[in-house]
Amino acid sequence: MDKTLPTLAAAVEGIADGMTVMIGGFGGSGAPIELIHALIDRFLATGHPRNLTVVNNNAGNGHVGLAALIETGMVAKLICSFPRSADPVVFSEKYLAGEIELELVPQGTLAERIRAGGAGIPAFYTPTSFGTDLAKGKPVEVFDGRSYVQERWLKADFALVKAHLGDRLGNLTYRMAARNFNPLMCMAAARTIVQVSRIVEPGAIDPEAVITPGIFVQGVVEVSQPQQEEDLNRAKAVYPESAA
Amino acid sequence: MTAKLSPTQMAWRAAQDIADGAYVNLGIGFPEMVAKFQPPGREAIFHTENGILGFGEAPSAGSEDWDLINAGKKAVTLKPGTAFFHHADSFAMVRGGHLDVAILGAYEVAETGDLANWSTGPRGVPAVGGAMDLVHGAKTVAVITDHVTKDGKPKLVKRCSLPLTGVGCVTRIYSSLAVIDIVDGHFVLREKLAALSLEELQALTGAPLHLEGAVADLEVPAL
Repeated sequence: MDKTLPTLAAAVEGIADGMTVMIGGFGGSGAPIELIHALIDRFLATGHPRNLTVVNNNAGNGHVGLAALIETGMVAKLICSFPRSADPVVFSEKYLAGEIELELVPQGTLAERIRAGGAGIPAFYTPTSFGTDLAKGKPVEVFDGRSYVQERWLKADFALVKAHLGDRLGNLTYRMAARNFNPLMCMAAARTIVQVSRIVEPGAIDPEAVITPGIFVQGVVEVSQPQQEEDLNRAKAVYPESAA
Repeated sequence: MTAKLSPTQMAWRAAQDIADGAYVNLGIGFPEMVAKFQPPGREAIFHTENGILGFGEAPSAGSEDWDLINAGKKAVTLKPGTAFFHHADSFAMVRGGHLDVAILGAYEVAETGDLANWSTGPRGVPAVGGAMDLVHGAKTVAVITDHVTKDGKPKLVKRCSLPLTGVGCVTRIYSSLAVIDIVDGHFVLREKLAALSLEELQALTGAPLHLEGAVADLEVPAL
């Protein structure tokens, strides 16, 4: 078994028009910037994929990573909890112009919907959002005298994930708070593609330290010096550079 | 206009009620300052939605590690005993009743404990983050808020007019003028600024203030 992929271009090859793509990260931490940029490169070269539904906690910051993906016009719908950032102009302008659809989901509900998708649980009940606008149209049930809102699982065709170490079997570790949504998204996608800072030999990751077991991963590509969204934004970077 | 507490002073007051050993989530903005005012000798563990328990203060400029941030996307630091976890575990801590205290900001709080703090109406880009989760599960759900709006209108009201974050969820309010508990659908006044009469405070509050025993003076350092 060897899940390693030779290039970023090969890693994003299978993503087709209209697919749902989960993208890991919380703000910039854990965001797979290089995989996102490879997807943008493919779109600029071929015109595909387009009409994507993207799942992420946020809506991008500045003009790199997820913000750049939205800026190219590849994203038809975003499912997220907090589409604000220090520089949210890309998403805000498209949203206010009616060019992108938004499904706003409370953050814990978003995490649990993704977990449920990966765990084979089609729906669950949560106290979150009961009595609010975000519960409109959803079934409500009383358990032990308290009201709960039914939420559905969330699954994806692809997940683009950033991890720290990975092996050819797909076992992964993460770095500090860059873990966030990444392990959940690995579980919830039909194909999970991971960029890791280093590909190591099987056994090099202590089995006690594996956070995502390889069964949840289909492809691993090495990006040895991954860029941080925050650093790029402080440098006022724009992707692609030709758009600057 | 009567003198009022600054946000820093409200945060200081809220910090005095956090017990040794408490697990605490602080909302983005003013509530984040609560961590700076932990009374000596007490150890509280701070939780952030993006998967850290027990993080430390902000690093010095230039030494940030952008894999180590809080829910406000600001850099934090490690402390001995820090733990990392994924987002589903993080919100299991929130909804599962494992946090002792959550402290949030507010646009409006109703005497019923309803909170509005995520949307000012249909204009603009809506964003909710973790607020709707955080108001469920913590044993104490407190808000830090100015007692009135910039226009002088009460933020403590009978019923919220803005979109709700949660129903019947707030248990305590640290306002710029008073400390108020919510008990059985009523505002119960615990502390108020000494310079303010009960009548003056009531006039700035959108629902009746109930008294249960003595009202203490709300006293904070200059800061």
